[in-house]
Amino acid sequence: MTQAVSTHLHDVAHHHEHHDDGSKTTLGFWIYLMSDCLIFSGLFATFAVLRHNTAGGPDGKELFDLSYVLVETMLLLVSSFTFGVGMLNLYAGNKGRLLGWLFVTFLFGAGFVGMEVYEFHHLISEGNGPGRSAFLSAFFTLIGTHGLHVTFGLIWILIMMHQVKRFGLDGVSTRRLACLSLFWHFLDIVWICVFTFVYLFGVL
Amino acid sequence: MSHSHGVAHDHAADHASHGSLKSYIVGFALSIILTVLSFRMVMSGTASQSSAAGWLVLLCVAQLLVQLIFFLHMGTAKAQRQNTGIFVFTVLVLAIAVGGSLWVMHNANILMMPGMGH
Repeated sequence: MTQAVSTHLHDVAHHHEHHDDGSKTTLGFWIYLMSDCLIFSGLFATFAVLRHNTAGGPDGKELFDLSYVLVETMLLLVSSFTFGVGMLNLYAGNKGRLLGWLFVTFLFGAGFVGMEVYEFHHLISEGNGPGRSAFLSAFFTLIGTHGLHVTFGLIWILIMMHQVKRFGLDGVSTRRLACLSLFWHFLDIVWICVFTFVYLFGVL
Repeated sequence: MSHSHGVAHDHAADHASHGSLKSYIVGFALSIILTVLSFRMVMSGTASQSSAAGWLVLLCVAQLLVQLIFFLHMGTAKAQRQNTGIFVFTVLVLAIAVGGSLWVMHNANILMMPGMGH
């Protein structure tokens, strides 16, 4: 009995070792995300230091429309959830539903980016562009960097939809979708810090 | 007997690292609640400024934990331990970088610009 168990355990370990290359890629991608975290931490620190330096211009209280930001936040939150449901369908091997949920995620993400672009356009057209004050420079850099990340995430979603359609759910697309899922949830996490420390603290 | 146990265990581990529909729904609901609480506190303007700031930070940390656990499936399970360790180290670096910058700039404002520091 003991012999059988130990043989079995050995088999499991052995099997696991050969099955492991996908998780190493995910680990590497995780390390990239953590370094991305450090970029954002620098931008957050810059913003926190400069947020009162408005050079006589408007501050957050005058500029931010919280109900607008709440809608943006909900779009991103929902997209994070729909991506998660898509990943469950990936692991269940359900290709059609995965594509459907990826598309829904794309729509919500695109809605978020669209709202952000409109907000930027609105600010700049009223003369409150990044050149107006140190506060606005830091604001545009931080929010813009996050927005660019989401935009690249959207492009990545489209590429993965094409790849899944064309090549199916093989090991490669599963691994890439696992990385994309980490990326997408990570952007949601950064946005939580953005709406708390930039928008809510700005209006408080 | 031992074999079926092993298989069941493998499935459980698999399940934990990918999450389930239930865990996504719970995480999503908690996120929505925490987000609405944060926004409502500022938009209604009822809480005093200093207590609201404390609550906002608390709600933010709570939501970060919710998303890390329910969406990114972080935890102390064997498959996740490595990721969690790297994350904890990143948080340490982040705290030093952000906290240190704010501390330095705060002191610089107070000590070096007597006309502007407040």
